[in-house]
Amino acid sequence: MIIPLLKGLKVTIKYFFSKPITIQYPEEKRPPAKRWRGIQYFEKDERGRTKCVACGLCMVVCPSQCIYIETAEDEEGRRYPLTYELDVARCIFCGFCEEACPVKAIFMGKTYEWVEPQRKPLLMDTERLLEEKKFNP
Amino acid sequence: MQLLYLLIEIIVKCVVVFACLWIVIAYETWFMRKMAGRIQLRYGPNRCGPYGLLQPFADLFKALFKEDLIPGRSDKAVFTIAPMITITASLSLFAVIPFGNQFTIPWTDYVVKLRIADIDVGLLYIFGIASLGEYGIVLGGWSSGDKYGLMGSLRAAAQMISYETALGISIVGVLILSQSLRLTEIINHQAGGFWNWNIWYQPVGFVLYIICGLAEMNKVPFDMPEAEAELACGFNIEYSSMKFALLYLSEFFHMTAVGAVAVTLFLGGWQPLIPCLDFIPGVIWFCIKLFIVIFFFMWEQWTYPRLRYDQIMKFGWKILLPLALINLLITGLIISLKG
Repeated sequence: MIIPLLKGLKVTIKYFFSKPITIQYPEEKRPPAKRWRGIQYFEKDERGRTKCVACGLCMVVCPSQCIYIETAEDEEGRRYPLTYELDVARCIFCGFCEEACPVKAIFMGKTYEWVEPQRKPLLMDTERLLEEKKFNP
Repeated sequence: MQLLYLLIEIIVKCVVVFACLWIVIAYETWFMRKMAGRIQLRYGPNRCGPYGLLQPFADLFKALFKEDLIPGRSDKAVFTIAPMITITASLSLFAVIPFGNQFTIPWTDYVVKLRIADIDVGLLYIFGIASLGEYGIVLGGWSSGDKYGLMGSLRAAAQMISYETALGISIVGVLILSQSLRLTEIINHQAGGFWNWNIWYQPVGFVLYIICGLAEMNKVPFDMPEAEAELACGFNIEYSSMKFALLYLSEFFHMTAVGAVAVTLFLGGWQPLIPCLDFIPGVIWFCIKLFIVIFFFMWEQWTYPRLRYDQIMKFGWKILLPLALINLLITGLIISLKG
């Protein structure tokens, strides 16, 4: 009856003197998994513009219908998204847009922290998606 | 003039002991949470100040700014007075505890004894007052008009009655050895190195005292009155704000007092470990021993699960009480045979 009690004390004192396994979140962060699907970003082409050709496949495949595209054509005859709106508040991060993209323009990033007091900033446009690139080297 | 000096001395001692106690208790709460954290492989509080050292003050201000709720169906007078009873009882325990021997104030020949009161019935006083504290718990749970509170207080009452007997008998062995109820005499009897401490003459008494002391201060594994899992915090469920803080802190006061009495009775009080170490002041020896005892209390708190209610009753009446009686019998026999 007494030996198990002493054994219990031994276990707790062992843990008392061992290092805690806590990851202190805001200061140290766990790296996300290799295939983590975070906030999307746009890949740039050689001239620094978006690679997106506004084919609309991501808009079609998106199950939560959070992508809206208006197509336009520049003077060289290349199609580009006049407006590209990705509503992150509605996005379910399924990654279908990345899979559907035929030109490898949109990718799922690693960022998983994004808090906004308003809805407006959660509507990502082309510039914002290009900006997001720098968090995903 | 002599009377005036005496009065000043008593007031100063009261204030110093009171102030030191509050600081010690504040950091005991911090240490308990820190220890819980480390045993569970967490850090514990570490956001308020370095190592979370300002946590007790954060807790204090939080408790002060909380709304002080009194339930509508409660007995308001008793509900208000219950935490006061508990905290007063557990604070009064420190009136007779000898923290150290004595010292002479430099450049005068005035001798200050390091205890507030040195009464003849010190031990009796401690056990009388310590069980008074339980009234606060019983009344608090009863008056809150809540079934969990009532259950908690009922259990507290039953547990107190069951363990008080064994607790009382477990220390009679020490009384037989030192022939006195005065705490300073008990300590003086243990002078001259750790081999003279009562723990070697009364090992069973010491273990019984620690176990019954845990039950007395409602600590794990005997925390029946506030069994979180089944009673939703038990007797203090309806308390909020500083009333809750007082109940919570009185538990720590009680724990410190039980530890201090254990040190006094069994671990030689302010006496040094070996006689040649007596250049270290007695207060420091007392604090070291007290820290070890309290460390053990917290250590076992985060180790053991709570016993079931019937197990507690069975353990108290069928194991601890007979053991205490046998211990008393054998001690008395040996002492009387030795003459």
